[in-house]
Amino acid sequence: MASLRCFLRSGRNAVSVILRREFHKTSPAALQVTVRDALNQAMDEELERDERVFLLGEEVAQYDGAYKVSRGLWKKYGDKRIIDTPITEMGFAGIAVGAAMAGLRPICEFMTFNFSMQAIDQVINSAAKTYYMSAGLQPVPIVFRGPNGASAGVAAQHSQCFAAWYGHCPGLKVISPWSAEDAKGLLKSAIRDDNPVVVLENELMYGVPFEMSEEAQSKDFTIPIGKAKVERQGSHITLVSHSRMVGHCLDAAAVLAKEGIECEVINLRTIRPMDIDTIEASVMKTNHLITVEGGWPQFGVGAEICARIMEGQAFNYLDAPAIRVTGVDIPMPYAKILEDHSTPQIKDIIFSVKKTLNV
Amino acid sequence: MQKMLTIISNVLRGSASRNGTRVVVSARTYADFTPQATFDIKKCDLHRLEEGPPQQAVLTREEGLQYYRTMQTMRRMELKADQLYKQKIIRGFCHLYDGQEACAVGIEAGINLTDHLITAYRAHGYTLTRGGTVREILAELTGRRGGIAKGKGGSMHMYTKNFYGGNGIVGAQVPLGAGVALACKYQEKNELCVCLYGDGAANQGQIFETYNMASLWKLPCIFICENNKYGMGTSVERAAASTDYYKRGDFIPGLRVDGMDVLCVREATKFAAEHCRSGKGPILMELQTYRYHGHSMSDPGISYRTREEIQEVRSKSDPISMLKDRMLNNNMASVEELKEIDVEVRKEIEDAAQFATTDPEPPLDDLCNHLFYNDPPIEVRGTNPWTKLKSVS
Repeated sequence: MASLRCFLRSGRNAVSVILRREFHKTSPAALQVTVRDALNQAMDEELERDERVFLLGEEVAQYDGAYKVSRGLWKKYGDKRIIDTPITEMGFAGIAVGAAMAGLRPICEFMTFNFSMQAIDQVINSAAKTYYMSAGLQPVPIVFRGPNGASAGVAAQHSQCFAAWYGHCPGLKVISPWSAEDAKGLLKSAIRDDNPVVVLENELMYGVPFEMSEEAQSKDFTIPIGKAKVERQGSHITLVSHSRMVGHCLDAAAVLAKEGIECEVINLRTIRPMDIDTIEASVMKTNHLITVEGGWPQFGVGAEICARIMEGQAFNYLDAPAIRVTGVDIPMPYAKILEDHSTPQIKDIIFSVKKTLNV
Repeated sequence: MQKMLTIISNVLRGSASRNGTRVVVSARTYADFTPQATFDIKKCDLHRLEEGPPQQAVLTREEGLQYYRTMQTMRRMELKADQLYKQKIIRGFCHLYDGQEACAVGIEAGINLTDHLITAYRAHGYTLTRGGTVREILAELTGRRGGIAKGKGGSMHMYTKNFYGGNGIVGAQVPLGAGVALACKYQEKNELCVCLYGDGAANQGQIFETYNMASLWKLPCIFICENNKYGMGTSVERAAASTDYYKRGDFIPGLRVDGMDVLCVREATKFAAEHCRSGKGPILMELQTYRYHGHSMSDPGISYRTREEIQEVRSKSDPISMLKDRMLNNNMASVEELKEIDVEVRKEIEDAAQFATTDPEPPLDDLCNHLFYNDPPIEVRGTNPWTKLKSVS
């Protein structure tokens, strides 16, 4: 494993490609990369590319990152570029925003987005709103990143999804990668963006490997913020999701395909600005819509999608009401059986698809 | 002797215009005025410091005239804002700075324009010292397109180069300022950041978080607490278990400074700047000052303090009077000269107010602009789904 990481960090080494052939079935130039390593690569490449970029947060340096996302970066770049902070979110988030105002390009890591609540004033009032309040005098090129949403057994205070909270605010861009390519391409775009970007990662996805195309292995590979991706083509129903739930949708689609139901699965990639055009085009084709998210239902991502579909041209193409599959409207419990039943399972998606299609 | 010279020069000028311009002044020779003088200034209380700023300050005539002009401009500008607010031409929040002029002017005299500064919402004075014009400040207050933030920020959100506002959330500007200081250190430009907050904000947790990190990382940050004795309507004794704000930084060296004396503030700031630039890390200054107005325009400012108290400060410690007396008593300027400056200042303010009340409001097209920097134009939802508004960077 260590050698795999080493190769990945040093770039596209042709030798490693040959050695890895047995992992994948398609193009020989593709590689299996975990989401964690993709994020690590993205940061490594951007730190190398622009010396104004730096990373700060709890345990990012000497601990190699609480979830090892920043592994090796401190050894490579040192104290100036990779900064361990005390456990003072409001303080260090504010410091990061101030540094961005004064010309640097900070990456501010929250160990989880639950802790960002302590610093949310700095994210919204100091970062998101400043360019507008100053009528264009003061940009804030900052990235806030970290794991978001449910994990495993960490209970209520450590399991909240903040997509709706940050997605609500003008002046912010909010992205939510699912695959390794998403993670790398979107994080690189976020770092290169001259505006505040919130990157909602997912802890349970960190260790999941994905095929990474040759194109994605390039140091200049970016994914545009604000564009969704159709992960699977289908004709009977549209499933829109973000982050970990995209995988659940694809799994549900595989099961449903055996029964002759073809789901089109859309990976939002960006929460704000939302790519409603891709969703509308899909709904106009399939006539049915289900949104799937891990967060709570009220005022959530799915609620926004449904509202926009109602207000747009796709409404006339719906053959059934658009519905949302969401986390259960409760604080996250601890016991495994309860936790498992608190977020959408594949069977919940399958059930909802069949209900919507009336089969 | 001076009176005689005036009479002679006036006679000699004959029909010269009496519009109060500098022309009259230049008829006097510089030999008439003391070019500079040394003044005793109050000793600063020290915390974790062996030595403090010098107890004497040298003031040149030019400096004196400049400080006088700036403080007078600031004073008149704030009073004009008061007037415009009462006429309902300025709305919302308006936190006035009159009484505290020595702080803003003294601080700027101790640093360079290439240094950085951030403060809270009582920011009009700093917007001026950091390069804003009275015109753009008043026009921002009246919400016009000629305002320093094109009318989109208002009283609490004014920005200039190396001046990061104007911040509405109490205490939030302190970590921001330390972040600016971090950027200064990172970029190795020998610049520092002055980070201001009030006695009310001084109890905020995020400020202590900032003290910790600034000290750990030796950030070139001058923390300055402008203690005007009241956090809104709450006096310092009722808000703080310890009102020695200059000591509240604990491990950070501190000094308590007479904030009504522009020279005291200047010398303390120079001392603090030297401390930062030499790599010793942050330092904390408490400026003891006073605001004549209430917390904001919606506060008459007399329910929690007495009129007598306000009057006493005005008569005994007014920063502009203090400087004026020093200069006159030491023959560094004449009464007429200072009066001329007053007249010029009044005119500048009047012109600015005229602009601020006649400049048109921002165009509606500007509503959705300035959401993102360096981005292609986007569409923004209006109040209903059929209204799609355009937004450019």
